Amino acid sequence: MSTAAAPSTPAHPSGDKRFKLLDVAIKRQQFRPDALIELLHAAQELFGYLDDDVLIYIGRALRSPLSRVYGVATFYNFFSLKPAGRHTCVVCLGTACYVKGAGAVLQALEQARGIKAGETTSDGELSLLTARCVGACGLAPAVVFDGQMAGKLDPPGALARIADWKPSDERPA
Amino acid sequence: MSDLRREVLEQEQLARAGRRCRVAVCQAASCLSSGAGAVRENLQAQLTASGAGDSVEVFGTGCLGLCHAGPLVQVEHKDEQPRLYEHVDAGAARELAQRDVLGGQIVRERLSAAYASFFGRQRRIVLENSGVSDPERIESCVASGAYEALQKAVTEMTPADVVQELVRSGLRGRGGAGYPTGLKWSTVYKAKGARKFVICNADEGDPGAFMDRSVLEGDPHRVLEGMALAAFAVGADQGYVYVRGEYPLAIARLKTAIKQAERMQFLGARVFDTGFSFRVDIRIGAGAFVCGEETALIASIEGQRGSPRPRPPYPATSGLWGFPTLINNVETFANVAAIVGRGGDWYAGIGTGKSKGTKVFALAGRINRTGLIEVEMGLTLREILFEIGGGIPGGRAFKAAQTGGPSGGCIPAQFLDLPMDYESLAGVGSIMGSGGLIVMDDSSCMVDVARYFMEFCREESCGKCVPCRAGTVQMHGLLSKIANGRASLRDLELLESLSDLLRATSLCGLGQTAPNPVISTLRYFRDEYLAHIVDQRCPAGVCPMPGRGELHA
Repeated sequence: MSTAAAPSTPAHPSGDKRFKLLDVAIKRQQFRPDALIELLHAAQELFGYLDDDVLIYIGRALRSPLSRVYGVATFYNFFSLKPAGRHTCVVCLGTACYVKGAGAVLQALEQARGIKAGETTSDGELSLLTARCVGACGLAPAVVFDGQMAGKLDPPGALARIADWKPSDERPA
Repeated sequence: MSDLRREVLEQEQLARAGRRCRVAVCQAASCLSSGAGAVRENLQAQLTASGAGDSVEVFGTGCLGLCHAGPLVQVEHKDEQPRLYEHVDAGAARELAQRDVLGGQIVRERLSAAYASFFGRQRRIVLENSGVSDPERIESCVASGAYEALQKAVTEMTPADVVQELVRSGLRGRGGAGYPTGLKWSTVYKAKGARKFVICNADEGDPGAFMDRSVLEGDPHRVLEGMALAAFAVGADQGYVYVRGEYPLAIARLKTAIKQAERMQFLGARVFDTGFSFRVDIRIGAGAFVCGEETALIASIEGQRGSPRPRPPYPATSGLWGFPTLINNVETFANVAAIVGRGGDWYAGIGTGKSKGTKVFALAGRINRTGLIEVEMGLTLREILFEIGGGIPGGRAFKAAQTGGPSGGCIPAQFLDLPMDYESLAGVGSIMGSGGLIVMDDSSCMVDVARYFMEFCREESCGKCVPCRAGTVQMHGLLSKIANGRASLRDLELLESLSDLLRATSLCGLGQTAPNPVISTLRYFRDEYLAHIVDQRCPAGVCPMPGRGELHA
């Protein structure tokens, strides 16, 4: 995304246009402090993750102390304070998936890329995450690759999926 | 006064009557991930190209149930029994269109053999529109009866009448605890407040449960109508659906449904041209299991961390922003329209003594037909697992069924003939829970299962009260010690006393019920715990036993 500064009143000192979009969302919520979670969702969608700058910005707009904004952002699993990799791979560890061998699938992915669940590879290529349950228990074990659900996987099947992800790949839409 | 609903209903029913054949393609998350979206387009394109035009309708529908065999397609010729086809890929879709839809022949290779046994024992109320209407078109839902009960209520009934129907129906909360819905409604109805709120709890957090997801994806209007009826009954003008962020499809379908219903004046200002107004907003959860607890959920809607608070006061008297608030689960709301439409007495005629109606279960784990089912309360576990579910794959032995997720327990083989209702399940130390039914065979180690659930609770504990925050860590440590073959019998005693402690002293349901999987597995599978401790052996061959340095199968 281009970050060229807009000529008229920049929303944020950096001139990053995404802050303008965030402003729209904040106005739509009428600056209400109870809309904090909605706005964190909106911000994460815009920026990919929530860095300190974004948290401070939202806190000021809602007149909420940073402690509260930070508290909420770290309480919920959905919000990430670190940038995610170009690709994400979410292994479901719900009971149905667990009973059907999701542990082995996760282990295979961890070993293949040398990272633990919750981490991102050092080249920023892949984030490996786990979910409590993605609700696709009929397809256990399930893994979500870049937002696409894949079911009935075994370790080789899961590895084949991420093998296609080369550093030169464009991020799928 | 024009009656928009009746107009739409008549138009749509006329259109349906004029069709020679209706083709329903399952568009629930499970089938979509196996390519059901492309199958639907493919069928549509072929039938349009063949000139079948208006005489055939291809539409997307809610979960058809047999999730393991997706993508599923149901073909229904006029005045004939519907036929269900499974594993329909692009090639099969071509064949289906030519041979069955246009030619009227049964495509035996893809016909679901399980159809009769899978659906024969089911009774559908909540899921009655799957295969019948298209959740993304309100006209289609109206033709199947959506908003009829709401219109009847707001134009012909008083709020007290509606509450009475609910009381008479004997409906109990489907979220897990089974609190009588009618009683909850009358408490909020009687509560005094400048405003009142209705909240639909769609934070389906139990791992292994996907009923609410399927209902929201497959029939969002049914849930919205239930909420509107509740709002009318208790005197609320604003509702929230609190949905998990993990369910993007359910959120999208809900948004569409709300927009369509507002356009038709079934929701929003002046519903059906009466003085009753009801606005529904969606709140997207951010991934915290504890938010399924009602006071934590309210805190989350208010934009706070999802920490529970002590009750009383209950939300029914002091909930969202301190106002009286009615909170019910998705499936509970999905039953309401049928109750108001057909009467509480009709509903009370279904089910067992104290457990009325039907229950939706999500079958998963080591079972042949994983999927979504709805049965009358009181069917036995054996009927559900072996008749509907098709038994255990690979001829292995059934070991236990887990209900209620991390708050529930295991039902061992000796109780296979137990009727599935609230009382019977509580009697054997489990709970009905939200409806996740996970089947385990002899390849599952019960110590490992207990450890799995305790790890879940440890991760999801909000940290507000000490028994839960520290207790789950200690219990998980003890269970790991047992699973690793490093524990003594003294550790088992400690585990049991901690279970009692958490149960008695935790602030909310999460901590109070966290020991349940441990208590229940200890009750029925104590020998497995002893094998791990005394013989340092895992009977199922799951735990690696590093304490002994080698694996014993």
